[in-house]
Amino acid sequence: MKKIPPGLKEIQKDLSLKNITCVDLVKNYLENINERKDLNVFISVFENEALARAAEIDAKLKSGKAGKLAGAVISVKDVISVKDKKLTCGSKILSGFETLYNATVIERLLSEDAIIIGKVNCDEFAMGSSNENSFFGPVKNPIDTTRVPGGSSGGSAASVAAKMCLLSLGSETGGSIRQPASFCGITGLKATYGRISRFGLVAFASSFDSIGIFGNNNYDIAALLKVISGHDSSDSTSSDISVPDYTELSEQKFKPEDIKIGFASEYFEEGLDPDIKKGVLEKIDSLKGKGFQVEEISLPHTKYVIQSYYILTSAEASSNLSRFDGVRYGYRSENSQTMEEMYVNSRSEGFGDEVKRRIMLGTYVLSAGYYDAYYRKAQKVRRLIMNDFENAFGKVDFIISPTTPNTAFRLGEKIEDPLSMYLNDIYTASVNLAGIPAISIPCGIDRNGLPFGIQIMGKKFDEPGLLKIWNNITE
Amino acid sequence: MDTVLSKYEPVIGLEIHAQMKTKSKAFCKCSAEFHSSPNSNVCPVCLGYPGTLPVLNENLVDHIIRMGFALNCSIRKVSIFARKNYFYPDLSKGYQITQFETPICENGFLDISLRNKETKRIGVTRIHMEEDAGKSIHDFHDDESLVDFNRCGVPLIEIVSEPDIRSTEEAFRYLSKIRQTLIYLEINDGNMEEGSLRCDANISVRLKGEKEFGTRCEIKNLNSFKNVSDAIDAEIFRQIKVIESGGNVVFNTMTFNAKEKTTSATRSKEEAHDYRYFPEPDLVKVTVTDEWKLKILESLPEFPDARCKRFMNEYSLPFSDSDEITQDKFFADYFEEAVSGLKSKDETSIRIVSNIVRAEVRRVLNEQKIGIKEFNIPGKVVSMIADSVFAGKVSVTASKEIFNILLKGNSEEEMISLFNKAESDLSQISDSSEIESVVLKVLDENPKEVQRYKGGEKKLAGFFVGKIMQESRGKANPKIVNELLLKNLETE
Ligand SMILES: [Zn+2]
Repeated sequence: MKKIPPGLKEIQKDLSLKNITCVDLVKNYLENINERKDLNVFISVFENEALARAAEIDAKLKSGKAGKLAGAVISVKDVISVKDKKLTCGSKILSGFETLYNATVIERLLSEDAIIIGKVNCDEFAMGSSNENSFFGPVKNPIDTTRVPGGSSGGSAASVAAKMCLLSLGSETGGSIRQPASFCGITGLKATYGRISRFGLVAFASSFDSIGIFGNNNYDIAALLKVISGHDSSDSTSSDISVPDYTELSEQKFKPEDIKIGFASEYFEEGLDPDIKKGVLEKIDSLKGKGFQVEEISLPHTKYVIQSYYILTSAEASSNLSRFDGVRYGYRSENSQTMEEMYVNSRSEGFGDEVKRRIMLGTYVLSAGYYDAYYRKAQKVRRLIMNDFENAFGKVDFIISPTTPNTAFRLGEKIEDPLSMYLNDIYTASVNLAGIPAISIPCGIDRNGLPFGIQIMGKKFDEPGLLKIWNNITE
Repeated sequence: MDTVLSKYEPVIGLEIHAQMKTKSKAFCKCSAEFHSSPNSNVCPVCLGYPGTLPVLNENLVDHIIRMGFALNCSIRKVSIFARKNYFYPDLSKGYQITQFETPICENGFLDISLRNKETKRIGVTRIHMEEDAGKSIHDFHDDESLVDFNRCGVPLIEIVSEPDIRSTEEAFRYLSKIRQTLIYLEINDGNMEEGSLRCDANISVRLKGEKEFGTRCEIKNLNSFKNVSDAIDAEIFRQIKVIESGGNVVFNTMTFNAKEKTTSATRSKEEAHDYRYFPEPDLVKVTVTDEWKLKILESLPEFPDARCKRFMNEYSLPFSDSDEITQDKFFADYFEEAVSGLKSKDETSIRIVSNIVRAEVRRVLNEQKIGIKEFNIPGKVVSMIADSVFAGKVSVTASKEIFNILLKGNSEEEMISLFNKAESDLSQISDSSEIESVVLKVLDENPKEVQRYKGGEKKLAGFFVGKIMQESRGKANPKIVNELLLKNLETE
């Protein structure tokens, strides 16, 4: 087996020097996938197809006609539509379902010669923080297989950490990229809401959902982001703001004196693991030492984040998941005599506990008589949280915080206690409420040898800033 | 019973749902065509496939704003869509995209004319847009139901009136005028039988003079004018009977049985609906700029009332003719096409056109049960007939025969050549001696009638004129016929 370099830039250099081929790359990743089946990362592996495509792209490389992502082998969270493939969303309710079309992000990746190696496991309909809510079983953390990889994009994070692919497309609604990136010791980027088309991403909570990227470094993530960003006529919530050259920007770094970093004490309160607190504060000190200005800011509505997040996302989910009814596709219960029974049985048997919990919660908060007390009030809180960020970004360029309050926990440790599971989103969910971009960058290792990340939040559409500051943080 | 009925006053509000004429569906690119084979106009978006998103067809907004202007509404600058959640197999997403708290158009009104010549103003609460559901087919197999998703995602306009309607007649007039306006604006084809226009009626009754409204009931899915009238009558009657027998009207959704002309409550279990409306997060706000409004204002067609007035001024038509012609936009367009083709725009020749379209054209439309758009004789050809009558080349009687001949024409050219031949065949005879010989022949053949005429039955003149015109195949100049007939009858 040929040695595969860890980054896209080096891979593309080796490809051009003919040190390796795309077929070598795919074979190498396939071998890792097969060796680590115990991690339960993949739901479908496109073995033959990926090899065939690799050969095609090798031919293109020879004739100098290959796209920008030649050499990028990517896994895709199984909530994103890849034409003629199974689309499971980690759920029984989509048993046997094959989708008919490519998500916009997939179209764009394929047109630049990325290779999709398979679909990876996730929490059912992206609901969860541990990847234990999957019909296909939990994913194990490659660093410590007794622990969770985080969720909901646990398969994505594990696939990159275990070198089963170079990059992975995940999605997040409240931290489902940043938290597993932190747990698995890699980088995860959540872009501004509207930056990446959602067409083809199975909706959990439409006004929160974004597709995001896992990678080993900022350059790789930038290269992928550049290809998948931009307006899409199939998603009216996608932005038409022009797409900058992220790849070029990712190779730059900031002059410390130009940048003000915000430090919000709300993110360092009770519940934060002491090792993480220490590590993040040390990182902040080292940035100060380099000449960055660090300013105390306040995000006063942080204490309402989790409540408003769960009310609003569950409300949207209860409606978004109504289409899974067994009428047109997916699982239909066999033992039903009437139409109503068909609905009740198909959905009761097809959805897992966490999904049912959220559908019930969402249905409740939208019900006549409760709407004003819950949904409408949570919308107001969302507005206040957005204002908090707008005010803060009037003063600083970035806000820095831990990504998660703890490192990877043990499989089964929190699954019976949904509330403590929900608290895992405490530092990440506010970003989704506000629609801003954020990145989790590896920061340190705790007393058990488990990695944790540092989170940088940016202004809307300042993905370039997040990609640049990665260099300052990791140097 | 009549005296009992007259103690009460109904309070009625109508919700009219009409399919909007657009090429594609409301939120995807599928065709909105009505007559396609089942499930042929579908795509992942309207089938509610996982991961798909709606994208607004902006033609809908144009249509809604046009109707808003026609019904004197205020147009909301920023409005949003909402989801109405419920489960049914023909509702592919498990929710319908509609508007809830912020309809685009609000607070309008429509003036209707009543039989007693009075005008009444009916308030329009709101107009909004939404998507239709598919169609469930339960009677095809015994043990399973089928669903056709062609209708799923087709755009609808919903027009909600204030409870200002006080009689079945008012309801009928209001519905007719809404329908007429929709057709004038080319938003809807007005075809209630095909279901492209339907109506829900909210009805309550109260004692005359009472200020408070009674408890209302809603009758859903009325799909013909007759059903609307009959259902409202039946429901008013039912509610009065309940009250008179000492009971209380209970809020309910009713269905109308057209055969028995009765209304009855649907099972109340279905009515425990809580639609859990909330803002549709997959669509952005609709912002109607002043420029957009202005563009639509400038493109608005002339509305029926204004057009009727203009026809009276411009074409010197009496109100009854003008009103009749302008009821239907396309019929009025046809009339104007025929007028514009006239060689002489003389008042008399315009009246000839008016007579032809109202009598002959209308008769054929009724006989063939078609609309003016399907009628084969072009307006231009009607102008030729009218010109010919006006110039005295053919008589009115002959013009009717020519019209009937032209009905058989297949193309405009064929009709023109048929017209030329018929015009010369039937051209009016103005030669006195030729006409006089016909007059004498008719008088000879009808000696009894001649005797009766001379005995004082002067109205028999009409009988003789008829016979003479028949004998001359309508070609004799009627003026000369009259002169010669009188001369011969009086002097003999
Ligand atoms: Zn469609």
